[in-house]
Amino acid sequence: MKNISWKLVASVLVVLAAVVYTIPTFKSEIWPYKKINLGLDLQGGMHLVLEVQTEKAVESTIERLAQDMRIALKKEQIRATGLDQIQGSKISVRIEGKDQIDKFDKLLNDSFKDLRIQSRNIDGDTLSISLDLPDKESSRIKKMAVEQALETIRNRIDQFGVSEPDIRLEGEKRLLIQLPGVKDTQRAKDLIGKTALLEFKLLDETHDVDAAVKGTVPPGTEVLYEVREDPQTRRAIKTPYLLMKRAILTGSYLTDAKVQIDSQYNEPYVSIKFDKKGAQLFEKITEENVKKRLAIVLDQKVYSAPVIQEKIGGGEARITGRFSPEEARDLAIVLRAGALPAPVKILEERTVGPSLGTDSINKGILAGLVGAILVILFMAFYYKGSGLIADIALLFNIIMIAGGLAAFQATLTMPGIAGIVLTIGMAVDANVLIFERIREEIRHGKPLRAAVDAGFHMASWTILDANMTTLIAALVLFQFGTGPVKGFAVTLSLGVISSVFTALVLTRVIFDFLIVQRKIKRLSI
Amino acid sequence: MEFIKPNINVDFVGKRKIAYSVSLALILVSLISLIYHGGPKYGIDFAGGTVIQIKFPASVEIGDIKSGLTGVGLENTTIQTFGDPKDYEYLIRTEIPLKTDDNFSEQIKAAVQKTTGSEPDIRRIEMVGPQVGKDLQEKALFAIYYSMLFIAVYISGRFEFKWLACATIAAVLMGGIYLLSKLSISMAILTVLALIITLVLFWILNLKYAMGAIVALIHDVVITVGCFSLLGKEFSLPIIAAVLSIMGYSLNDTIIVYDRIRENLRKHPKKPLGETINRSVNETLSRTILTSGITLVAVLSLFILGGGIIHDFALAMLVGIVVGTYSSIYVASPILLAWQDAGKKK
Repeated sequence: MKNISWKLVASVLVVLAAVVYTIPTFKSEIWPYKKINLGLDLQGGMHLVLEVQTEKAVESTIERLAQDMRIALKKEQIRATGLDQIQGSKISVRIEGKDQIDKFDKLLNDSFKDLRIQSRNIDGDTLSISLDLPDKESSRIKKMAVEQALETIRNRIDQFGVSEPDIRLEGEKRLLIQLPGVKDTQRAKDLIGKTALLEFKLLDETHDVDAAVKGTVPPGTEVLYEVREDPQTRRAIKTPYLLMKRAILTGSYLTDAKVQIDSQYNEPYVSIKFDKKGAQLFEKITEENVKKRLAIVLDQKVYSAPVIQEKIGGGEARITGRFSPEEARDLAIVLRAGALPAPVKILEERTVGPSLGTDSINKGILAGLVGAILVILFMAFYYKGSGLIADIALLFNIIMIAGGLAAFQATLTMPGIAGIVLTIGMAVDANVLIFERIREEIRHGKPLRAAVDAGFHMASWTILDANMTTLIAALVLFQFGTGPVKGFAVTLSLGVISSVFTALVLTRVIFDFLIVQRKIKRLSI
Repeated sequence: MEFIKPNINVDFVGKRKIAYSVSLALILVSLISLIYHGGPKYGIDFAGGTVIQIKFPASVEIGDIKSGLTGVGLENTTIQTFGDPKDYEYLIRTEIPLKTDDNFSEQIKAAVQKTTGSEPDIRRIEMVGPQVGKDLQEKALFAIYYSMLFIAVYISGRFEFKWLACATIAAVLMGGIYLLSKLSISMAILTVLALIITLVLFWILNLKYAMGAIVALIHDVVITVGCFSLLGKEFSLPIIAAVLSIMGYSLNDTIIVYDRIRENLRKHPKKPLGETINRSVNETLSRTILTSGITLVAVLSLFILGGGIIHDFALAMLVGIVVGTYSSIYVASPILLAWQDAGKKK
């Protein structure tokens, strides 16, 4: 009797726990606890894998250092015959004349200690030197870029308003983003993928734009375009601007960005606010460049290029550009959350519409139900009374899987539903093993109680061994799989564990009750 | 009720030569199909590319969809009906991982609506870049190999009490694979090599049961993969999941027979091995057929009613269950006799 009692207690506890955890999913008003999470394939949503192009972060650091060096050379009156950024991550400099070289070496040692000398050749009076960043420094920049990108994207998504997003670092430079239930996937993707590098650049008004567009771009300048749609013809109009390459101010000084409505044109615009240092810079720039044009550039696109009328204090500016209200709102979000330190590339995208998700659930549940009913009917026909016991065990099995999913906050996916259907077969298998054994023992002439004992005893190890291998496969799958496949591994593992439990403990309790308490003499099996 | 009579005695072991020929033939057909098609047909999960699932409110011509897509620069697409033809649902596939930004879905929707005349609902877009595809391929191969290895360790431990020997082999193999994967060797070749080395080691160390189980597993996996190749079905991540669970499931059967063999060997140590094996297979036959039948019914319901997304997954399961049941009766157990046969020849 002692043996029975722990099994009984365990069965009651486990079944109760499973029921308690399952209730919220179906009737949340009774007991609003954790619901079963539905995977993206069942509720719709978006799964993205992005790669942070970290080498671009290194390149922009090199670009900045090259700019700094140009200024420093000018200041020290060192004349370089060549200063270029090559292959993105290197600076090559050529200096002529002995004393010029000495001055350059001094500058290099004093102000550019971080740069590594990759090669250095003196040919007569000419020094050719190639500089880059030490490996340690460039890997630090890369790592920082990834962390910052993760943080920035998280901020943007939080402000966009997605319930329960999952944003994770995967490997060295990949970001895994799961947005369940997102409807406007295009907008979400634009919001996430935008680099949002805001720059203020002065126009080069001394040279001709048209000549530059044709190919003769003066050194230190670049041609960028403003793209606008003509409201009448609905055609994109591209206006070229010749800009100084160096940004005199960037979005990194922003503290806030808000959508506001222009009272005159009734058009939304984004008002931005600089921090203290940014405000000082902005004031100084506007003071020094009155009557010149300043372009506002976002991700290499010109938004506007107004003429500076007077010195602007207070550190506020506005970005206009014929935005729709959504565009303005999203722009404000990305500006507030900050720029990505490096562009991101979409490596993998899976978008499931909500209608498909609902279809999948319905079909999955229908298939599961039909399968389960067929199996239940079969068991009842084939094993009669004992078959009914197995059917009860099967039902508890399904409840236990549901409870387990809710308790561990695992995600139910479409393959996961398939896993449950497969489990129906496996759960019955354990009972079939036991029943076949009991039948065999009865055939050998053992009395009922001894036959049942022997049946359970002999089948126990077999059941454990047989299920263990499936569990191993499921665990490996969990380790290697992603998304929907992981969901399958979870339901399969839960199913294996619960079917072993129901077969060896729960079914046993029912048999023992019938034989010991009810003292039945003939078992219907 | 009984389908299989308790005193059944089919001579499985005696007919093992026939079974071997059947298995070999099936494996050969699978391999030939795989070689002829240049390897398994990979879905976008592994090959990279784009899939768009699109649904219309009324019947449309596939040609119209295609011309609409060509209009927005989407050439070389393959379009199939998806699921029930009455759902007017189609699957558009290209091998190129498309850039899905810049109003991608809106553009497609508008273009297709123009040529077909009815407003489509874009239900699913999946885009996998080539690098990710390659990574997933590696992961899948690793998953299959490691499951086999771990299962082999478990079986050797449980059936022959050679935990240590087998765990050592596993550790060495894992270490070796890890080191080799740092070199740039094709993952497929690496996995096949590892598999061959594993089998040779099991043979040398006389780990009969593990060897039998692994041979049966390879048998099942190759035939299932071959079947997919013959039917022109694509391999995707869920199919790998199906293959792995087939492995677990087929072993289920194998282990139950092995368990009986071990029990009968203990009971009647004097009887010839062949007879004991045959007796054990017969004794467990009722259970084997019943369980497989029941699981088959459940999976069949999934296959018929589960919808397009799960259709191929269920198909892999169906094939796997049938082949797995066959292999645990005709392959895994008779192979135990191979040692005896080999011993006689010496």
